[in-house]
Amino acid sequence: MTPSSINWFKFAAPARFYPLAGRLWPWFAAIGTLLGLVGLWISFFVAPTDFQQGEGYRIIFIHVPASWMSMFIYCVMAFYALLGVTFNTRLAGMMSSALAPTGALFAFLSLWTGALWGKPMWGTWWVWDARLTSELILFFLYVGYIALTAAIDDPRRADKAGFIVSLVGVVNVPVIYFSVKWWNTLHQGASVSLTKAPSMATTMLLGMLIMALAFWAYTIAMALYRVRAIILERERNATWVAELPEMKS
Amino acid sequence: MNWGSTSDFLAMGGYGLYVWGSFGVTAAALLVEVILVRQRLRNTRRALRREISANRNSQD
Repeated sequence: MTPSSINWFKFAAPARFYPLAGRLWPWFAAIGTLLGLVGLWISFFVAPTDFQQGEGYRIIFIHVPASWMSMFIYCVMAFYALLGVTFNTRLAGMMSSALAPTGALFAFLSLWTGALWGKPMWGTWWVWDARLTSELILFFLYVGYIALTAAIDDPRRADKAGFIVSLVGVVNVPVIYFSVKWWNTLHQGASVSLTKAPSMATTMLLGMLIMALAFWAYTIAMALYRVRAIILERERNATWVAELPEMKS
Repeated sequence: MNWGSTSDFLAMGGYGLYVWGSFGVTAAALLVEVILVRQRLRNTRRALRREISANRNSQD
């Protein structure tokens, strides 16, 4: 069988995806835990003390990966929104709402760790700077998505409303990313860029990338874990649900 | 190795509150999310089991 002959839509059926997600999430959870432990070890025992910020800079090992994830998850939600709008698959809306709480969590953690970093380095928890404000807007977009989809009883209509929030709100992501270039911000410029050599020690960069991969695996595991609950809630009247081994008792 | 002693490690060169406040809240938040989702899945399954067996009984 050639790869192109696989019918990917087959897996988009909730009845197929429920057991698939159940088989996959423990692997991503294990990878995430392992990478998280390695990342923490590098963060505290391998990465050297910063010559300017002392030990305070170690917040970077969660601040930057959490911020990346908060932006990346929103892009994935917008991608699912696009799939949902064009192909009208039910799974797109389910995956979207499975991702949103984790995205909101990372946006919150980005703001929280940023405040705890800003206080000792800038002398303030918060400024209305373009980077910080656009990240706060991202957090509100996640909260808005969750509140809006929860307020609509019909899940298919809730999905459609959510798709609009994802597709419109995704314009905020490049604004966050380029905010430090477009405006004069208190927040420093990008620490890692694709176009120039990183301006930090290799071990610091390595620690950050491993923590980012850990958060990435965690996000996949949580989305797959949560989508199982969402599938069961929405498909409660389907015969395949009644035939699941965990429903026999 | 960066740290001479455990108290050195906890002090984080005077930034202890900020560094541990960041790592601690992150760890707690991820843990709480896992617990909440596990509960959600468990409650959904329990409610569905009840619903399904009630349907079976009403059909008999």
